[in-house]
Amino acid sequence: MTVLSLRDLRITYSTQGGPVPAVRGVNLEVGTGEVLGLAGESGCGKSTIAGAVLRLLPKSAKIEGEILLDGQDVLALKPGKLRALRWAGASIVFQGAMHSLNPVQRVGDQIAEAMIVHRQAQEKEARTRAGDLLQMVGLPARRIDDYPHELSGGQKQRVMIAMALACNPSLVIADEPTTALDVIVQAQVLRLMKSLQRDLGLSMVFITHDLSVLVEVSDRLAIMYAGKIIEEGPAEQVFHDPKHPYTEALSAAFPEIGDARFRHRPSGLGGDPPDPMNIPSGCPFHPRCPKAFDDCPTHEPALYEAGEGRRAACLLVEGVRAPATGGAG
Amino acid sequence: MSTTPAAATGEELVLGPPVLEVRGLEINFKGRGGLFSKKLPDAKAVDGVDLTLHRGEVLALAGESGCGKTTLARAIMGLLSPQAGEVRFEGQPLGRNLREYRRHVQMVFQDPTGSLNPRKTIYEIVAEGPRVHHISHGPDGESEEDLVARALSRAGMRPPERFFGRYPHELSGGQRQRIVIAGALVLDPTVIVADEPVSNLDASVRGEILALLMNLRDELQLSILVVTHDLGLAWTVADRVAVMYLGRVVELGPAPEVLLRPRHPYTKALLDVVPEAGGMDRPILGGEPPDPTRVPPGCRFHLRCPVVASGRAAQLGIEERCRSEDIAITESGEDHMAACHLVELGEAP
Repeated sequence: MTVLSLRDLRITYSTQGGPVPAVRGVNLEVGTGEVLGLAGESGCGKSTIAGAVLRLLPKSAKIEGEILLDGQDVLALKPGKLRALRWAGASIVFQGAMHSLNPVQRVGDQIAEAMIVHRQAQEKEARTRAGDLLQMVGLPARRIDDYPHELSGGQKQRVMIAMALACNPSLVIADEPTTALDVIVQAQVLRLMKSLQRDLGLSMVFITHDLSVLVEVSDRLAIMYAGKIIEEGPAEQVFHDPKHPYTEALSAAFPEIGDARFRHRPSGLGGDPPDPMNIPSGCPFHPRCPKAFDDCPTHEPALYEAGEGRRAACLLVEGVRAPATGGAG
Repeated sequence: MSTTPAAATGEELVLGPPVLEVRGLEINFKGRGGLFSKKLPDAKAVDGVDLTLHRGEVLALAGESGCGKTTLARAIMGLLSPQAGEVRFEGQPLGRNLREYRRHVQMVFQDPTGSLNPRKTIYEIVAEGPRVHHISHGPDGESEEDLVARALSRAGMRPPERFFGRYPHELSGGQRQRIVIAGALVLDPTVIVADEPVSNLDASVRGEILALLMNLRDELQLSILVVTHDLGLAWTVADRVAVMYLGRVVELGPAPEVLLRPRHPYTKALLDVVPEAGGMDRPILGGEPPDPTRVPPGCRFHLRCPVVASGRAAQLGIEERCRSEDIAITESGEDHMAACHLVELGEAP
């Protein structure tokens, strides 16, 4: 079963400087109980996709294509239905979500509010459930009467996760949920999210730039560059045996401790992620690509089959086009 | 400097002469409150640290937030004065010579955007150091412009003249961090203290900045203290690693030793949470995050220590000492040290 399906999604922001294409034709599917990891650097369009699924983008964003959530066309929803979709259809845990808690409202009331607004529970029942949810995310139920300032960063992020689960959504989107947390707390929160996902059979889209985190929690990975998906496949395969040179570089940015290849040899790419206003011709990655050859500046690669269940947008993918020297990326 | 990077575990560590020495350093922050609210106890941010940085060495200082690593870095920069202990630079204790000292020891901060004045040109930003220090000529009679150009080009901004008139907002994140590094290099420092130098940069750009730091070490024999929470980064760049917990260095040694054969249970716990495929089944350290206002008696880690919690410490007959005996790390001349009673027994955590 497919929970979320994006079909040729294109999102363009109109700005004073002209239209900025943030997402340029993305096709993605998330199955029931599946965790899809969406990786990429700042400006690659990954958070824009998250915002589009919940229709949280500003008016200046023009969305084309299709977003189907449980078969429902999200882009065609009327305001009333849209409100029902948020939290209950899909919920989102933001980066630095701990700052999005209301500082003058008890956390239990904030969790209960989501359920009451969505008419999923009466006040009393909602409060009991809020306590249960807190326990589920590893906080004592008595914390229900705490104010946000009484909780640590990791605890607040747990409250946000409880809130995201309050209305039993079919999809949870986590946008950099652990980026602002300390290493050990990050590991605790990741472990919690993964165990909740397994126990409840949640479908998730997990967004971060940190590939090493993604490979730990995801079933499948999709790597974005300049508004497009450039590689997709089973998480461990994509991380350990990347087919796209960009994925290779991202993966090398998070070397495994003990890997002699990286000892005293930090590896990175020259240049910077492209400006969405000024995307290079042909393969958008070619100016930074260590393996670029003559065809790259003129031929934009599609997502080619690159092994079982794998796709990569690189002309070097076997059978597509061979450069004068060297083998497949 | 170390050699033979290919054989990571058989690496040979050759250290140059000491450049910067931290001896018995203690820094407390006064607890807030007292007049109308409950007085909070003082925070022992740095609680007795000994550390030596050698010529041409890259030393990583690792630990969770609140462990005191940034405070230690700031004290090394002379930005905080210690309650006890001292920092010595080339054998001289820090004191009245601070101004001169700051020429030789430069800091690179985490956020390149925040540390660059948006209203100044790149030239002005890089030239600020020499102007503050009243340096109008280089040692070989170079003009200010020569000095700025050389620093920019050493930081990988080539050709430097192209960047003179530009402003920080016209540059990318990676380039801005290079400007920050150029601003440090222009004074020909001996030591660079880099506080999380790449954590605000895009993943693909990080390697380039780290490679730049490695090159500077090799070419200019710079000593670099890298403050980081990322042990993967320590693996990539550091010759030695110091792990801090609650104001103390609890483990110190050559990077491959500390990262592949940790001797302190805390180092092992930090290594266990480095994300990697299949890592979901490894144990995670529980307990309260470290609070420098409440340093526990005995070994400061014993309340969270998995060796104590699992009963292994009791089996080995050291539990009583873990609970009561404050154990410090001392530079005994041995390469790899840890402040843990297990070490005396020759046991791994």
